[in-house]
Amino acid sequence: MAGILVYALHDDEGNFNKNSLGAISEAAKLAGELGSEAAAVVVGDVSDDAAASLGSYGAKRVFRAKSAPEGLAQPIVDVMAKVIGDEGFDYALFGGGLLGFEIGAGLTARLNAGVTMEVTAVKAADGKLVAERPVLQDSAVVDVGYVDQPGIIIGRLNAFDAQESGDGSADVVDVDAELSEWSTKAKMRQRGEQRGEDVNIEDADILVGGGRGLGEAGNFKLAEELAESLGGAVAATRAVVDAGWYPYAAQIGQTGKTVAPKLYLAAGISGAIQHKVGMQNSENILAINKDPNAPIFEFADLGIVGDLHKILPKLTEAVKARRG
Amino acid sequence: LKICCLVKEVPDAAVTKRIDPNTKRLDRSGEKNLNPFDTHGIEAAMQIREGGNADVDEIVAVTMGPESAVRALHKAVALGADRSLHLTDTALEGSDVCATGYALAKALETEQPDLVLLGQQSDDGECYTIGAVVADHLKMPSLTQVIKIDVEDGRLICERQAEYGYDTVEVELPAVISVGDAINEPRYPSLKAIMGAKKKPLDTKAIGDLGIEASQVGEQGSKTQVLEINPPPQKEAGEIIEDEDTNETVEKVVAWLEERKLL
Repeated sequence: MAGILVYALHDDEGNFNKNSLGAISEAAKLAGELGSEAAAVVVGDVSDDAAASLGSYGAKRVFRAKSAPEGLAQPIVDVMAKVIGDEGFDYALFGGGLLGFEIGAGLTARLNAGVTMEVTAVKAADGKLVAERPVLQDSAVVDVGYVDQPGIIIGRLNAFDAQESGDGSADVVDVDAELSEWSTKAKMRQRGEQRGEDVNIEDADILVGGGRGLGEAGNFKLAEELAESLGGAVAATRAVVDAGWYPYAAQIGQTGKTVAPKLYLAAGISGAIQHKVGMQNSENILAINKDPNAPIFEFADLGIVGDLHKILPKLTEAVKARRG
Repeated sequence: LKICCLVKEVPDAAVTKRIDPNTKRLDRSGEKNLNPFDTHGIEAAMQIREGGNADVDEIVAVTMGPESAVRALHKAVALGADRSLHLTDTALEGSDVCATGYALAKALETEQPDLVLLGQQSDDGECYTIGAVVADHLKMPSLTQVIKIDVEDGRLICERQAEYGYDTVEVELPAVISVGDAINEPRYPSLKAIMGAKKKPLDTKAIGDLGIEASQVGEQGSKTQVLEINPPPQKEAGEIIEDEDTNETVEKVVAWLEERKLL
């Protein structure tokens, strides 16, 4: 009985990534339909209890490679390729995120395997998996099948929900995977550096998101004033965080936070997929952008095509007047 | 140091992209352009050359694609590459990520680069994966979505944002690095560079020239298969307001917020 192998990413404190747990839940569900089993791979310093706890999301076995470092893709490719080869797994599944893309891509080359990415749903049909993937800026969705096994499936951020399955502990199996020579040629100097102050955007009912359209770091003041008038907080896109305009803790999307406030007001944000996946479940989306073709207008409830430098200050005033 | 920049010809941003329901491939008719993400890779190569911490002997633009992809190579050369390599063969048509990564790796093997740079994604495929696929075939270390590269004692110090914040990673050469668009602001090519681009050496290779097995590429070598193409889930279209009179626009926004009890 083969099955589906999931990579479970963890931080330096040993907490598993929510998207990884979601991938385990999804794998368990699919394995149930295929009549096979879900298992997970962890690397680095993971305790017996922590590894076994993945059983509560549906992993029957957890393969642990203590000697492989966490945080860089290629050593994990070595580990997963070995486990897939030794145990005969049919599929490898990854939750959304950066490392899943890199490991999945490495496995594609190593195992000469088919790969799908940005996958939003997976179906089991005739004993095989079919991946559903939005393409061309989400203007179409394709169903992709695999010619043979193994197949690699890389999920989109938040595509798979983590669900406690009520199963018990997983069996923990230590694996001794030899690392490829080239896998040891990239070394982590510093992991997970937080740049900028620590801000809390996940508890806010109202978020004003700022993007490159703000023009410069100083213009975040416009977003902050509007957020203050609305009783909300300020969030940011990756582009402006990478540019150093705003703290990493406020970043939404692929390698940032996922939010679902009552109101998301996007100011100067184009709405690239990587941002969209982190905020599309907001109850109300209001977008202000000067480019009428910006993708954000495809999924905003209200879109204003115009100059945010003119609109934001006046909107702040009007909101203040209304709220007293 | 020899740097190879992987580039791709993609439909121009202004073209409405569609999938051809018959071939189940991207419809590549219409205006095309150099993948904008790849221009950041070329600029990164130029900045390493100009940075003074490494001797860059040569920057080579490498692409795989139909005949028309020559224009993407010309643009890459206008932006700074010294010459280019074009892998083109009808046997390559319909290659998926697995097959494309294999073919590109074969092309790069003939060049023996010290560093391969590419954009983090293509504008059309949005796969984010080619760099890491190529790296494993070439047995080189690799990082994707890198936003800062420094050369230090013959190795690269790279920064990129991952799941828990910013990572700083030391990478030995040779290596494959995909860069994010925050890494630099690509320069505009000079008129002289644009005019001169067509005169720079351009090698054209077919799969036989590079020892690529036909069974490993194209539809035959692909490991995935598009089964169906469907429209996206319908979302009710939102209201769009063109801001002409800002006071009026703001009034409408406030009314919209009040209606939803957001004030």
